[in-house]
Amino acid sequence: MIRAIVLEEALDPGKELAVLTANAAGAGGLVNFVGLAREEGGRVAELVLEHHPVLTQRSLDEIAGAAVERFAVTAVSVVHRVGSIQPDEPIVFAGAAARHRREAFLAADYLMDMLKTRAVFWKREEGSDGTRWIEPRNEDLSDAARWHGSKKKEITR
Amino acid sequence: MAVTILFLGPLRDLAGQQTMEVEAPLNWSGLLEAVRPEVAGQLGEQRVNVACAGKVLADKTELQAEDGDEVALLPPVSGG
Repeated sequence: MIRAIVLEEALDPGKELAVLTANAAGAGGLVNFVGLAREEGGRVAELVLEHHPVLTQRSLDEIAGAAVERFAVTAVSVVHRVGSIQPDEPIVFAGAAARHRREAFLAADYLMDMLKTRAVFWKREEGSDGTRWIEPRNEDLSDAARWHGSKKKEITR
Repeated sequence: MAVTILFLGPLRDLAGQQTMEVEAPLNWSGLLEAVRPEVAGQLGEQRVNVACAGKVLADKTELQAEDGDEVALLPPVSGG
């Protein structure tokens, strides 16, 4: 299964985990990550995720597809919120199922690095001190750069 | 018919508008002239991408937008 969804309503991580589990197709395990909106000590009232109607979906499709190419996974799921998100609400679900755990951990890690730097979203914080657009941090860029190079499946067991 | 320029994320704030219609065809130099100087300055930066008709251009300076195309100006993206 490859699931890549741009979601306008609330994200239910429990439901997404159930969907991934139900579609894990012979996997020995799965790993999932859930990203939450930070409240930054009350400074941020809401996080607003903007997107492009065509390019955003395509970027999620490409990221999920690349993870399947790259790792020995049986299912990959990427579900990403758009619109207004309150502090502590889930923004993103990224998960992968694999025959062996290492590939699932790697794939989930890869998905998040790509989502942080390649997925077509623009993120702004609205708070007491106005609007602030958020760009990838240097750390996000160097994390993503770890995956450059070979697209071959690197670990096979 | 025309070309629609779509300003996204922080570029919308900088442009002061979400969309702008200009006459087709539109190439790179035409785009730089059509938008505000602040936006044109951003377009010159490597980290800002341009998509035409739903495809991100490998080389934005080779933009060739025709009647009905949407030219989307894409500042640095960040999800997660």
